[in-house]
Amino acid sequence: MKARKGFRLILVLLILASFIMSGCGSEATTDSSDEKVLNVFNWAEYLPKKVIKDFEQETGIKVNYGTYSSNEEMFAKLNTGQGQYDLAVASLYYVDVLIKEGLVEEIDQGKIPNVKNIGEEFLGKDADPEDKYSVPYLWGEELIVMNTDLVDKKVTSIKDLLDPQFKNSLVILDDPRTVIGSALAVLGYSPNSTNEKEIEEAGKWLKKLKPNIKVFDSDNAKALLASGEVKGGIVYGAEASLAIRENKAIEKIYPKEFLSLWQDNFVIPKGAKHKENALKFIDYILRPEVSKEIVMDYPYANPNTEAVKLLPEDIRKEIDIPEEEAKRGTHMKDVGEATVIYDRIWAELKQ
Amino acid sequence: MLKKENATLATDIPIKPKIKHSKKKINLAAIWTISPVTIWLLLFLFIPLFFILVVSVMSRGTYGGIEYTFTLENYARFFEPLYLRIIVVSIAMAAATTLICVVFGYPFAYIIAQSPAKYRTLLLLLVIVPFWTNSLIRTYAWIVLLRTEGVINTILLKIGLIAEPLTLLYNSGATLIGFVYTLFPFAVLPLYASIEKLDRTFLEASSDLGGRPWQTFLNVTLPLTFPGVVAASLLVFIPTLGLFFISDLMGGAKTMIIGNLIKNQFLTARDWPFGSAASIILMVLTLMMILFYLKVSGGKTDDTELL
Repeated sequence: MKARKGFRLILVLLILASFIMSGCGSEATTDSSDEKVLNVFNWAEYLPKKVIKDFEQETGIKVNYGTYSSNEEMFAKLNTGQGQYDLAVASLYYVDVLIKEGLVEEIDQGKIPNVKNIGEEFLGKDADPEDKYSVPYLWGEELIVMNTDLVDKKVTSIKDLLDPQFKNSLVILDDPRTVIGSALAVLGYSPNSTNEKEIEEAGKWLKKLKPNIKVFDSDNAKALLASGEVKGGIVYGAEASLAIRENKAIEKIYPKEFLSLWQDNFVIPKGAKHKENALKFIDYILRPEVSKEIVMDYPYANPNTEAVKLLPEDIRKEIDIPEEEAKRGTHMKDVGEATVIYDRIWAELKQ
Repeated sequence: MLKKENATLATDIPIKPKIKHSKKKINLAAIWTISPVTIWLLLFLFIPLFFILVVSVMSRGTYGGIEYTFTLENYARFFEPLYLRIIVVSIAMAAATTLICVVFGYPFAYIIAQSPAKYRTLLLLLVIVPFWTNSLIRTYAWIVLLRTEGVINTILLKIGLIAEPLTLLYNSGATLIGFVYTLFPFAVLPLYASIEKLDRTFLEASSDLGGRPWQTFLNVTLPLTFPGVVAASLLVFIPTLGLFFISDLMGGAKTMIIGNLIKNQFLTARDWPFGSAASIILMVLTLMMILFYLKVSGGKTDDTELL
C-alpha cells in the first residue's frame, strides 16, 4: 500500500515535470465576427511592442501578435492553417514560394499611400516583379565579423576563415541555405545552385571549416561576440551592429567573394479575415516616424528612405550598407527540390 | 411484528429496483469518466499518430508540401550510412546519459530512502523543485556557468588553478552535462521508489548469514531493485533521444542527434514525409525498449504502474 502510494506520488510528479519540460509555442486567436481585430505573424525580435500599442490606440483595432524564428516555420503555419493570420512577414525567397503555392492574396497598393516612402530599389524584386503580393518591411546583409582585440590577421574573405588560428572560435549562422550558399560562392558557383555535385563540393569545403566553428547560432551571436566567447564569424548585419554597441573592438567585414542580402516583405495570407485592417497596419508601419522607431530598437537596414532621413546620425551609420556593397549583393532564391540536398549536406556537416 | 414485517417488506421491495438503478448509474458514471479520456486519446494521440504514419509513406512536394503518392523511400533513406550514423550517435549519447544518471542516481536515491521519514519528503522535494523552472531557462543558466567568461572559469582563474580559460561549452561534453542535469530526477525517482519498498528483513537475513555489505548489495539489494533500475534507465534514455534544444544550445548545434534531424525535416528541409518516417522509427525503437522493460520486470512487481 505504502509502495503504491509512493509510486503514485512519483507518477504525478513525473507527469508534472514532463509538462514543464515541454517547449513554448506561439498563439493567435481568430475572431472573424469582430471587425476590429488583426492577427499578425512576424519574426521574433522584429517589431517593438510600443508600435503595436500605438496602432491599437489610434485605430481601436486589437492586434494579436504571433512570432516565429524561421521562414520555414512561418511557411509551415501558413500552409496548414488558412485564415489564421491576416498579415505575415516573409523573406523574398519565401515570398516567391508563397506566390507559387497560391498562399497569399493580392495587395491593393492604392490603399497603402505610404508605399511612396519606399526606395525604388526595394520594389519590383524578382520574387514579386509587379509588387502585386508584397510590400517591403526591412532588409539587411550577412557578413563577417571579427573581434580585433583577439585577431591580428586582416580578414577580407570567407576563405580567410579557414586559417587554423581560428580553431574552435567562430560563430556561424545556423542556416543551411545561407551557409552552404556562401560555400558555393567561395568555390565560384552560384549561391543558389541546385546542382547536386556542386552542393556536395560546398559541403566538403564546409567540413574543412568545421574545426574552426565553435557554435552554430543565428539569434544569439551578438552575446557570443560581445563577451569574447568567439573571435568572429558569419552573422546577420543587425547582430553585428548590436555586438558593436557592446564591444567596440568588433568589426564588420563585407566578404570579398560574396555578400548575401535578404529582404523581408509583408504579405497577406490567403483567406485572411481582416484584410482591410492588414492594409491599415502596413500603411501605419510605413509612416516615416513609425518606421524610424522600429529601427531605433532593431537596427536593421530600412527600405523606407523617408524614415532613414529621420534617424539620428549614429544609427544611420550603424544600419548603413555601402551602396557599392549592396549592388554586388545576392538575394537567396528558393531552390525547390534541391532543398532536400541542402538538408542532407547540412546533416553530414553536423556529424 | 407487523412493524418488522413492514420494515422488511419496505426494504425488500426497493432492493431490486435500487440495484438496477445503481447498476445503470455505474454504467453512466463509467461512460462519463472514461469518455473524455477516450476522446482525448482519440483526438490528440491516435488520429495524429495515424496521420504521421500516413505521411511517412508519402512523397515530398516540390515546395515542401505532401504529395499523396505511396513510397517507402523515406524508410529506405534511413539505412543510408549518414542517417544510421546519426542514430548510432544518438543512442551512444543517450546510453552515456543513462549510465551516468543511474550510477550517480542510485546512491543518491539510496541515501534518501535510508534517511529518517520526516526528511524524506523534503529531500524528494529538493529533487523536484528545479522542475518548477522552465528547462530552457535552466539550460541557459548552465551556459552562464560554463562559458569562457563564465562563473566557473572566472573562479578558477582567480584562485590561480588555471592560466587559460577552459573550453567548457559548445562540445559534446557540455551536451552530456545538459542531458544528465535535465534528466537526473527521472532516474532518482523510480530508483527511490524501488529502494524505499525494499524489505529490510532481507538485508538483515543476509548479514545474519554472514554476507558482507557488498555481497548483500550485489546479491540482495540490486536484484530486488533491478526493476527500478530498468525503469530509471528507460525514463532517462527515451527523452534524451528527443531533447534537441540541449544539443543546440550547449553543444553549439554542432552534433546532430535524431531529435534535431526530425526538427530540421519540419522546419528547414520542409520534408514532412521523411520527418514523419524518422518519428515512426524513433517510436518503434522506444516501443521495443518498453517491451524489453515489461519482459524484465514482468509480473514480479507492480512497477508496471509506472508505464
